[in-house]
Amino acid sequence: MKRHAINKPWEAYLFLLPWLIGLLCFTVIPMVLSLYFSFTRYDMAKSPVWIGLGNYVAMAKDPRVLKSIKVTATYVFLGIPFQLAFALLLAVVLKKPRFGVRFYRTVYYLPSLFGGSVAVALLWRQVFNKEGIINRLLALVSIQGKNWIATPDTALYTLILLSVWQFGASMVIFLGGLQQISQDIYEAAAIDGASKFRAFFTITLPLLTPMVFFNLVMTVINAFQAFTPSYIISGGTGSPVDSTLFYTLYLYINGFKQFKMGYASAMAWVLLAIIGLITALMFGAAKKWVYYDD
Amino acid sequence: MRFKKRASALIFHLLIIAFGFSMLYPLLWMLMASFKSNQEIFAGVNFFPKAPTLSNYASGLKGVSGYSFFKFIGNSFLLAAACIIGNIVSCSMAAFAFAKLEFRLNKILFSVMMLTLMLPFHVRLIPQYIVFNKIGWVDTYLPLIIPKFFATEGFFIFMLTQFMRGISNELLEAPRIDGCSTWKLFINFIIPLSLPGLMTVAVFTFIWTWNDFFSQMIYLSNPSRFTVAVALRMFVDATGQSTWGALFAMSCVSLIPLFAFFVGFQRYLIEGIAAGGVKG
Repeated sequence: MKRHAINKPWEAYLFLLPWLIGLLCFTVIPMVLSLYFSFTRYDMAKSPVWIGLGNYVAMAKDPRVLKSIKVTATYVFLGIPFQLAFALLLAVVLKKPRFGVRFYRTVYYLPSLFGGSVAVALLWRQVFNKEGIINRLLALVSIQGKNWIATPDTALYTLILLSVWQFGASMVIFLGGLQQISQDIYEAAAIDGASKFRAFFTITLPLLTPMVFFNLVMTVINAFQAFTPSYIISGGTGSPVDSTLFYTLYLYINGFKQFKMGYASAMAWVLLAIIGLITALMFGAAKKWVYYDD
Repeated sequence: MRFKKRASALIFHLLIIAFGFSMLYPLLWMLMASFKSNQEIFAGVNFFPKAPTLSNYASGLKGVSGYSFFKFIGNSFLLAAACIIGNIVSCSMAAFAFAKLEFRLNKILFSVMMLTLMLPFHVRLIPQYIVFNKIGWVDTYLPLIIPKFFATEGFFIFMLTQFMRGISNELLEAPRIDGCSTWKLFINFIIPLSLPGLMTVAVFTFIWTWNDFFSQMIYLSNPSRFTVAVALRMFVDATGQSTWGALFAMSCVSLIPLFAFFVGFQRYLIEGIAAGGVKG
């Protein structure tokens, strides 16, 4: 018996209409315009002036662009491995339902809930200040702390610490993955005499790699776009000496402080290219280490 | 043997608690500091306030630029409410089409939607700002709200599509045979069955809107329209570092709604994170 279609095709497009309009008006057209602006000089007061690859050439020579890429890359590639490692470790430790575990999970998740807020960024600024609580605790053991936020060598690390601190959300994702692994496999392994340690590396970790991979991709994409901590902690400047100048912050300064909309658009497209390239690399490397059932 | 088991359980709890406490220490310290005098905040390492005072809250709630902090809290709530409605309506419609309706471009359009998830929003930001500026929407809430009614949050479409795919087709067949229209099917069957998913959308929209700083800073300039995030930053600029106490008090106030939502809707939050791998 031929199955009847559940709906008329036009009905489906009717339900998709808001999304289709949104896709066109808030994504496709803006992207086309943005690409066009990136080849122009445009200050919003006068009409855009075509300058070809001028913005991209200027970017390649702009030391602050290179510096901001370096700062952002350090933030992403130093912070995320630690973030995911902590998330995995705590997920394994808090996997078994036992007394207090639900409460502990909540405790470790809370930084992720609050971490993106302006309030916590402001708090971070105080915590790592010259008179901040970290230095006062260090003073108890007779260590003379410095102003971590205002020292070029350490300012970025306080931001990285802020991102590692928020490992809780990844931990929750891993917990979800761990709970899907059938208990039978572990029992079979135990009968065969495998230690818990060995079971982790030969069973848990391989089965969890698809989830780790997905998490890695999404976290990297998001981290490249981080803005609030850099803006709040550096007071909107990327100081000291550009050591916390995130790429997005420099883009913001160009576009919305100096009204170099063309230059900022070019920066946005380079960001897209960087994220696209790194995502493609991660997908390429995934074949080597991500375990798929089928 | 039993003793050994108990001892290892004790060590487990001690370690977990110690590590957890050190993680929450900055937040707890801020909470305590909000009840301390400004002199006490900058002196010593005592955790609990020696003479608890509410003066920080009193001076903080006065707000900035002549507007009380309650005004900013109200603004943030209104904005979040509008975004929640927009996201729920538009994303559930799109998700229904992707999950349950048959049309030729289903797979292709779904891939396009997934692709938009990976785009950095900066490639859309500047033209959007320029257009919103031209039509006089800058310094209103419209640029922050209207896109939500057009399903611009791809993640929620993805999540709801996954959710609706889980609704069994047999369940929908009976009303179909009875001649139920597609629209009625959506309203009377899909929406009620998707309620947990829609709750997750609402909770995440609230958290993201509450924490969002970048777009609110770009689009809002009149203090009467400030949200909590923008007002907190203004507060620092206006008063400097001399009033950390009041700042901490307002920071704590700004985190209360987040915490309340978390406690009230923890289940939906956890399910949402597990379903799609987003950050809270």
